[in-house]
This record gives sequence, C-alpha cells and structure tokens, in this order.
Amino acid sequence: MKTFSYRTATGPADGLEPGAVFLAGGTNLVDLMKLGVATPDALVDVTRLPLGEITDLPGGGLRIGAAVRNSDLAADPRARQAFPLLSQALLAGASGQLRNMATTGGNLLQRTRCRYFMDATKPCNKHTPGSGCPARDGDHRNLAILGGSEACIATHPSDMAVALAALDAIVHVDGPAGPRTIPVTGLHRLPGDRPDRDTVLEHGELITAVDVPALPSATRSAYRKARDRASYAFAVGSVAAALAVTDDGLVSEVRLAWGAVAPRPWRAWRAEERLRGRPATAAEFRAAADAELAAAEPGRDNAYKMELLPRMTTALLERLADREGR
Amino acid sequence: MTAATRAIGAPLARLEGPEKVSGTAKYAAEYRQENMAYGWVVPSPVPHGRLRAVLADPSADAIAVLWHGNAPELAAADDPELAVLQSDRISYRGQPVALVVAGTLEAARRAAQVLQLDIETLPHEAVLRTDHPEVYTPDTVNPGFPAESSAGDVDRALAEAPVTVDVTYTTPALHNNPMEPHATIARWDGDDLTVYDSNQHPSGVAATLATVFGVDRVHVVTEHVGGGFGSKGTARPNAVLAALAARVTGRPVQVALPRQAMFSLVGHRTPTIQRIRLGADTDGVLTAIEHQAWSQTSRLYEFAEQTAVTTRHMYAAPHRRTGHRLLRLDMPTPRWMRAPGEAPGMVGLECALDELAEQLSLDPVELRIRNEPHTEPETGTPFTSRHYVDCLRAGADRFGWWGRDPRPRQQRDGDWWIGTGMAGATYPAMAQPSTARVRDLADGGFEVAIGATDLGTGARTILSQIAADALGVPTGRIRIRIGDSTLPQASVAGGSSGSASWGWAVTEACRELRRTGGAEAVFDTTDLIAKQEKEGRHAFGAHFAEVRVDAVTGEIRVSRLFGMYAAGRILNARTARSQFLGGMIMGMGMALHEEGVLDPALGEWINHDLAEYHIPAHADVESIDAAWLDEHDDQLNPMGSKGIGEIGIVGSPAAILNAVWHATGVRVRDLPARLDKILPHLPT
Repeated sequence: MKTFSYRTATGPADGLEPGAVFLAGGTNLVDLMKLGVATPDALVDVTRLPLGEITDLPGGGLRIGAAVRNSDLAADPRARQAFPLLSQALLAGASGQLRNMATTGGNLLQRTRCRYFMDATKPCNKHTPGSGCPARDGDHRNLAILGGSEACIATHPSDMAVALAALDAIVHVDGPAGPRTIPVTGLHRLPGDRPDRDTVLEHGELITAVDVPALPSATRSAYRKARDRASYAFAVGSVAAALAVTDDGLVSEVRLAWGAVAPRPWRAWRAEERLRGRPATAAEFRAAADAELAAAEPGRDNAYKMELLPRMTTALLERLADREGR
Repeated sequence: MTAATRAIGAPLARLEGPEKVSGTAKYAAEYRQENMAYGWVVPSPVPHGRLRAVLADPSADAIAVLWHGNAPELAAADDPELAVLQSDRISYRGQPVALVVAGTLEAARRAAQVLQLDIETLPHEAVLRTDHPEVYTPDTVNPGFPAESSAGDVDRALAEAPVTVDVTYTTPALHNNPMEPHATIARWDGDDLTVYDSNQHPSGVAATLATVFGVDRVHVVTEHVGGGFGSKGTARPNAVLAALAARVTGRPVQVALPRQAMFSLVGHRTPTIQRIRLGADTDGVLTAIEHQAWSQTSRLYEFAEQTAVTTRHMYAAPHRRTGHRLLRLDMPTPRWMRAPGEAPGMVGLECALDELAEQLSLDPVELRIRNEPHTEPETGTPFTSRHYVDCLRAGADRFGWWGRDPRPRQQRDGDWWIGTGMAGATYPAMAQPSTARVRDLADGGFEVAIGATDLGTGARTILSQIAADALGVPTGRIRIRIGDSTLPQASVAGGSSGSASWGWAVTEACRELRRTGGAEAVFDTTDLIAKQEKEGRHAFGAHFAEVRVDAVTGEIRVSRLFGMYAAGRILNARTARSQFLGGMIMGMGMALHEEGVLDPALGEWINHDLAEYHIPAHADVESIDAAWLDEHDDQLNPMGSKGIGEIGIVGSPAAILNAVWHATGVRVRDLPARLDKILPHLPT
C-alpha cells in the first residue's frame, strides 16, 4: 500500500492536513488502502479521543459516542430496551470480530461495496471521477434502485445506519469551523454528478456522537434484513420500522427506512406520509411501499428489490401492528 | 501375514492437530528466509491484448520489475500457463504480465499498483453459449475419457416414451478458494533450487520446476497445506514466478497470492450448460438417457470438464448418449475443482430425475431403485462393489424420508415453506502409482516416508494407522514423513486417490520389511496398479436435504443435510466424517451461494473476494450428518478403501435444489438458487 504517516488526534476539532483521513476501527479503510482504492498520505487515529461513552439524554434518548464499538452498542441494555431495531440492525451486520472493531462513526462513513468501486483497476466514478460506471450494464444485482444517478448507482452497505435513519438520529460533528449537527438522513449525499463525495462532511470534520431521540410511547420497532447467506453478508434488502397503532386500528406513528436500495439509508418519507392516519392493514402497508417505489429505476438484475422491499415492509409492519404478538 | 486391522478405522485425531491449533505448524509462506524479498504479481487489466511496454514508477521502492521484455527465458512445461512473462500475448484478465520484487510486501504491492502498462487491447469474448459458431467437440475430456458415448437409438426411444423430461440446467463458474492461498518461497543455492510451496503434489511440482529452469536438483517442501480442492494439483504460476525472481535478484523471494488472484490464476470450475433428456415408461423404468454438456476453456490450454461422464455409470437404460462441447474464450483456464465432472454433472442428472419423478408421481428414491444397473451400463463390466440402493434405503430410513407428501408447497412452519429432497452420489475409486519407504529405527519405532501431502484431510494420520496395522505395532511407534519431494515419489493428492495410492505403497513396504526382516524396505506400486482393471470401481452414496424458504423474502436455509455412503473400508472415522461433511457443505455452497459473477465487458469474475463470493458461513450449516455402510471390497487395494474426498459434493447440491422445489414449487435450473429466483414465483 501507499506509504503514509500516522499520528493520534489530540482533539475532535484538530482538523486534518490535506491528504489525511481519520482512522477509527479501520475495518473498511484499511481494506481499501490495501486494495489501492484509498491512498491517504496520513492517518489520524481518533480512537484515543474520549468518544467512547453512551449517555442518557433528557426525554429517554441516548447519546452514542462516535467511537462506541458496534458490539458494545448492540449489547447496551438501554439501547436494546428503547431501540430494539438498532440493536437488531447492528447484530445483523458483519461478523462478531468486525463488530468488535467497528465504531459508530466509522459504520456511518463506510463506503459502498460496489464491486467496481472495490477494485482500483476498474472504471468507477466514485474512486476515479470521470472514469465511468460499468455497473448499469454490468453487475448491479445489489445496487441502487432509488436515488442513483447516471454516474453512480452504489448502495450504502450499513445496517446500523438504516435503523438510525428510521430513528431520526442526529449526527454531531466537530471540526476547524466549529461544531454542528446534521440529521442522519441528511448525512449521506445522493451521487448526482459527484459520486466521489459520499457525505456532506467537510474535510477535517469528525463525527463525535450520534443522538437518538426517544420513540413516541406505544411505538414498537424492529429491523429485518434479507441476505444471501445466514451470516456475514450485506443486505440485499432491509427494513427498519417503528409503528404505533391507535385503539381503532389506525396508524398514529410510523417510521420506515430501507437498506440496500439506495446510495444512502433510504428514509421512506412518502410511504410514511401515506400511512399516517390510515388503517394498519397489509393492503395499506403494501400500497405505501409501492408508492415509495414509484420513483424507482430498477435495472436488469436488481428489479427483484421492487418486490422484495414491499413484501418485507408489509410483513414487518404487520408484525409490529399485531397486538396479539406483543 | 495377519490381516488384523486394529488401527485402521479408529477415530484417531489428526497427528498434527496440536501444532495447527497452537499456530506452530508452518505453511509455505512462513518459512522466512534471511534477506528475503517479496514478489507481487501484476495482473493483466484486460482480457485480450499485447503488452508493449512496462514503465516502472521510479519513486516506487522496487528491487526488480520483471516482464517479458527482461525476464530470463524458461523452458516449456506441459502447462503453457507456466511460461510466465515469456510473451507479449495476454490471454485473460488477471494473467501475470509483470512481477514486482521489493524488500517488503507492502512496497511490492504499491509498486505493482502504480506500474504503468502499455497494452494494445484486442477484442475479447467472455460468455459461454451453446450456439457460438466456434463450439467444438474435444478429442477427450478430463482426464482422458472419450468426449462422446452412445448406445441404442436415443431419439427414437424418446419419441416413443410415454413420459419424458427435457431440461437444461446451468452451473456458474466456481472458484476453489482453499483457506490458504497459493504461496511459494524460492531460494537458489548455486543451481540447487529449494521451494517452500503450497501444493497437492510435491513430487510433481519438483519435476515441473526442474524442467522449466533446466536444473536437476529441485527440493519442494510442503509440510502443511491449508486446502487445495484441486487448484494446487500441479505447479502454479506463483511457484515459477518466485523461482524466477529469486534467480534474477539473487535473494530468496516469496510470492503469496492475494485472494483476488485466486479467481483467475489457479484454475476454477468452468461454467456448464447441460441439457438432459430422459424417457421412461409409466412405471418409471428409464428407456433413454441423454446428457449433453457445454463448458469453456481458455485460449491458452484445453481443459474439458467431464460433466456428462458420471451419467455413463449411474443408471440403466438401453438407449443412451452423452456428449461434451467446448468453447475457447478470453478467460482464465478452468481446471480441477473438487469432483470435476461429477459435481456439476450430477446437478443436471439428479435434478432431471427429480423432475421425472414429479411427472410420474413416483417417489424419487423408488425411481432410482427401479433403474439400478447390475453392471456398468455402457460396458457391462461388473462392479467391484455397488451399494447404491442400500445407501438410498438406509439413508431414507435415517433421514425419515418415507411417508413424505410428494406434492410441492404443502408444508408450512410459520413464515417458512418446508421441503425435502434427495439425490444420488458417486465417485470413482482410483489408485495411482506411488513409492513408499519404511525403516526400522531399532528403538521400537518405524519411519514411514512417502512424498505425499496432507491438505488438512488427515492423510498423515491415516498413513500412520495403515502402517501400524501392516507392521503389527501401535500407531504411536510410527513416524510419518511426508510433504517433501526428496522422499519416495508419490502421486497427487487428488481424485480422491491419495489414501488408496499412498496407503497401498505403505502397506506393501511394511509387509516387505516384515518379510525380509531388514532395516529398510522400499515398494513401488506401479506394476500392481498397471495390472488392475479400471472400470467398475466407484463409491456410491445418497444425499437427503430439508430446506426452509422464507415465504416473505424467498431466502433459503438448509435445516438438515444428511449423507449416507458406501465407500469401502473407512480408514479413520473422525477424519472421514470431516471429509464427508466438508464435501456436503461445499455442495450447499454450490446449490445456494457460490457464483463467479461475470462482467462480460471487462471479461472478469468481479466478485473476487470472500466478502462477495459467498461460501456457507457457520450460521448456514444447521443440522448436518454423515454415515456409512460397512462395505467390503477386496478388489481395490490392500486396505479395501475407496476415496472419500469428493463424493460429499456430488449430488448434495441436487438434493438441496430438489428440496427447494418441494418447499416452493419453484424449479431453479440456473445455479445458485437465491431469493431473487424464488421471489417472483411465491404467492403474495
């Protein structure tokens, strides 16, 4: 791999010299460096910054330090109790070994597993702007049906981020220009004609924490992931959902986010809007999911997601609506 | 001479197990040499072209950049793929076009990444299809079978049959992917070449390197091997490149392949397209069997997978025909991968039989029993032993098959559709000439030496059991030396023939020692094996699977997998079970997971790592078991054993696919079966 320098960060607002990147768990970055896809001049290790705590927020939410390991977050009793979908999403991802290393901030910032992106010898507008995208005609079985562009149809691979998108999580960042917050649903960019930029973060901005506000009372939540093998596989479709139903069977609250369909964790705003106040029935759930997909542009080999996501969404919401199953 | 077998059959634990689990067992890349340099293979970025020039980045920290413009000339080997860096011609993407040598692995890799290649790109073809005008019939198929066979009048029999099946099954490119990637460390001392190399045949690798480099003394050390599945059966380019770079630089050089290179440089299983036609009368007796198979090979080398050969041995039918067609593509050379021929061929045949059973409303086990041949179906040669029907019946008993509702999509458990399926299994019982030496160490111990390898299967352990019984001493008094080309020449650890071949030589050498009472005996089995009939020697088995298919997503999981085998005398119950289960799990991968995903425009399988090329993870393997019948066959070898390394992958994919149909009513004829192929057919 390309020779690089290494230093430890002294504070979250340190910033980065040009050509430098932050290093946390390294579970994605180091692989990309070996492959020559990432070629930083310098690594700035942030794992010694005091960002490893999970603390209570007023009102029942949690503040998750950016350096909290995925395995620790998944096992945290408060997270498990208040946000089952988050714990389920984390445990559905990667392997035990990877979860022990991967951090909350790093998980959000992991890069696509598009097979063209992962190989520096192939064209890819994300790793080499202007080189083209072979995926539309080539392999795209697990690439985006929503939010893609001519230049890029990569999918964001995270499970955790899908749950956080459904939870209206807020990302805290710090940097030379000072701290700011970004809704997690606005963290990742859609590719447009700049697929090389995954997020809205400026160079030198560091994620310091993620706030997860409490769900409204009587809301039930879950995460469902479909994948090609039982473990250690990225999603081919995933659904994070939270639902509350009134006594007369109407949807009072619904949160819905999808994974493995778009360049970012896909908050299904349109489906949610359609469902609020409607009967909590399979037909309504299905119609809402289909409505969300009205803007989808499936390709030759990923059109199955057009059926998979509505089926999963319907089944998961039915389960959450089932009072008997409580 | 007593024939007592006290040690053979016992579930002796692997002799080298403690070394392996404690990390002290040394694999090829771990024999660190003083002043060692590291070679990194530069793969061709195009599938077809000519390499005009190589421009090294002067800032890169390389000791040498070897390519055809400066590499020393090598003598030709049988395998043109070993003529590395000898020509400007590029025959597939991933072919080595240069080797960068540097003082560290990281520097070598980086220098390779920034190397500039001046390539004239030529048009390429990467897709196997049956209607390509260049499809041809090879003279023979691996390893020397006739490409075609025929008896009776198949077309007429099919036209007259009241029940017929005419189906096409396809299997994708599959990649061996042993846990330990290919690796070599080469060191020259004058004209003496020493290589530490991960392979399945140290004697063969030594002979090949001697030819390529025109030297007499090549010493290959292969003490431990982390799997091969056929991809390490002969010297691979890494061995030649390491020795070449060591010669040029005057330093020992390590070439260890990255996982990505395992998809192009070391062989793979060709994609296959198989058309199977069956004709039967109304009570399920086959009148006609036809199996036509298409596969691909490279521009460099003809490897013709023997996909339809197994069909020549499995079932009786008076009218029968098999054939193989081949297409050369600008793609890597396919080679042996665990049960070449049998593994893909039995997908087509055993799934087609399941479709026939469906049409006949006949139990799939009963259908097979009704078509059991008494002799080899094509030649009439008697079988030395054939207990296929016993495996079917005993396996069905053990699995709980009987009483199964034959109709698909009938059984539901919560969100899951449940189904069961079965398929037959077979693999030829082979032995190849080998030589073993045994010495009386005069301290109560005996040294048994043979140039065999242990791929992790337990070869070392079973050889100690065989020697102990032949000498009439406990296994603790046997010292096994293998994995070294300077030991007596042994055959390849392939074709499920290692134990039979090496065990035979070891047995005879031990008997000779006892007969002569001397201090040393050496025995070469070449003459004994030359006298043997080759036909009618097979292991058989039956696989049974229970799957569940998620009614919402179409995700498939294998709840139960069971294999029942008749494979001669089982030499070690523990390591045998491990081999059977390993084969079955690899069969599960073939049915549900494994696929080299081709990008035709790039001419490459692009999912070239183990995150993207899926094999079963632990969580995919739920209830799995193997059992065997007590089969006696005294016509094979002194141990009465048949090979067991491959039979587990033969038929297990078909059993799973047949169970998927039973669960869902969906016939997946293009492997692997995945949710996107099931989903469109599931009820909403």
